[in-house]
Amino acid sequence: MRFTRTKALVAATGLALSLAACGDAGEDSEGVDVQAEEVEEGKFEEGSRMAELAEAGEITIGVKYDQPGLGFKDASADVPSGFDVEIAKLLVADLGIDPSSDAVTWEETISDNREPYLEAGRVDLVLASYSITDERRQIVGQTGPYLITGQQVLVSADSDITGIADLEGEEVCSVSGSTSLENVEAEGAVGAPADTYSQCAEDVLNGSVEAMSTDGAILLGLAAQNEGELKVVGEEFSEERIGVGYSLESPEMCEWINGVLEESFENGDWEAAFQATLGGDDVETPEPPALDECA
Amino acid sequence: MDAVLDNLDAVVRAFTYTLLLFLISGVLSLVLGTALAALRVGPVSVLRLAASAYVTIVRNTPLLIVLIFFRIAAPKIGLNFNFVDVQFGDIRLNNLFTACVVGLTVYTAAFVCEAIRSGINAVQLGQAEAARAIGLPFAGVMREVVLPQAFRASVPPLASVQIALLKNTTVAGALGVFEAFARMRSLNNDYATQRIEIFLVFAFVFVVLVEVLSFIANRLERRWRIA
Repeated sequence: MRFTRTKALVAATGLALSLAACGDAGEDSEGVDVQAEEVEEGKFEEGSRMAELAEAGEITIGVKYDQPGLGFKDASADVPSGFDVEIAKLLVADLGIDPSSDAVTWEETISDNREPYLEAGRVDLVLASYSITDERRQIVGQTGPYLITGQQVLVSADSDITGIADLEGEEVCSVSGSTSLENVEAEGAVGAPADTYSQCAEDVLNGSVEAMSTDGAILLGLAAQNEGELKVVGEEFSEERIGVGYSLESPEMCEWINGVLEESFENGDWEAAFQATLGGDDVETPEPPALDECA
Repeated sequence: MDAVLDNLDAVVRAFTYTLLLFLISGVLSLVLGTALAALRVGPVSVLRLAASAYVTIVRNTPLLIVLIFFRIAAPKIGLNFNFVDVQFGDIRLNNLFTACVVGLTVYTAAFVCEAIRSGINAVQLGQAEAARAIGLPFAGVMREVVLPQAFRASVPPLASVQIALLKNTTVAGALGVFEAFARMRSLNNDYATQRIEIFLVFAFVFVVLVEVLSFIANRLERRWRIA
């Protein structure tokens, strides 16, 4: 009796250890290695949100999980990767928190819940391909932009479509509730809502829809995943200014975010982040965008 | 409120899609479900087994999986609906719409079948025996005697099934049909300050639609009570 119990205990311990080992196996080396900075006394004003976060040593960041190149979490990865995540790492490091440690919680935010999460304080910052709009600025703080992108079209490799103009009255897939889908409709195409961008790509691959459309950067990522079957065509037909979202309750964060972004533009961190995620052999690294003034 | 009123044409179009999804799959699922119920109580054991296998498999599969099968898996194995392309004004019934209708029909038919079978069980055995005695074949027994009575007894469960179908159409909003749910998400994205109003308006329209359905079911029940 005792013997079997001991055996069961050994087996259970072994199983637990092997499961723990599985958890560690997902280590991903993609992206730039960002080191936490030393925060000396008085760097952040007493009582500011930044000082609170630096003091607590913990931060929650809202990112997307389904946009290759910007914010994407692989099923096997522990942390998401992409340009949004790289910029978030720079901000986190400035607070003296190690971006690759458990002190950073990467919360998935979808398009609909970015403002509610910020308002409720469930996330401290949102970097989730968050385009800056006046409407959103009424309820949350947004600053940046740290990236300016435009929308293009992804079609199957043997298609003769050359841009959005060829798709008038045709179905074009994009994610339900996204600005991309609105822009598609505004251009005269018929929007076909989907849950994720990969679902759209699947629909283009199997011919259910002619084309899909969203930020060029994401499309390049999808085309790279399905090389030889999909291609990105056409000029950019919209301009999205991707910025950082913060809560209106802590307006002091705006200056700090702009400061960190400005610094990364100057010391080359921004460029390195771009090249590690959105860049490629035939992608030219753009000039860093001009930041908005804080109110 | 402004968000909805400014985009009234888009909202109306969205609810048109919702209603079309509901009406087409509703009618088709009633037809398919009735046929399945007839098979399940019929005399041919192979068909009886086939119909009950259908109900078991489809009823135990989540709707989303059924829809994803017709929308994404089926085109991979060459089963697509690209031949469908009907257009009335702004409303387009295309391959994506058809795939969703097929998925909703297949799913709902299993529930319709069971609702009608419960109605059939409510018809006294003597009725079927009497119909047999005057020489009606199985189809005649079902069509002339059993099903008319069974439908009356199944109105309440059928109404529930159809109400569920009306609400299930929202799943198509994530699979290529720009119906009410997808439109609501779009408006939510555009008008971040008016989320609650937008949500309430869409919820209210759904409540009204379901109330209309309940009212019709209620009338049918009353009308057929004594006949």
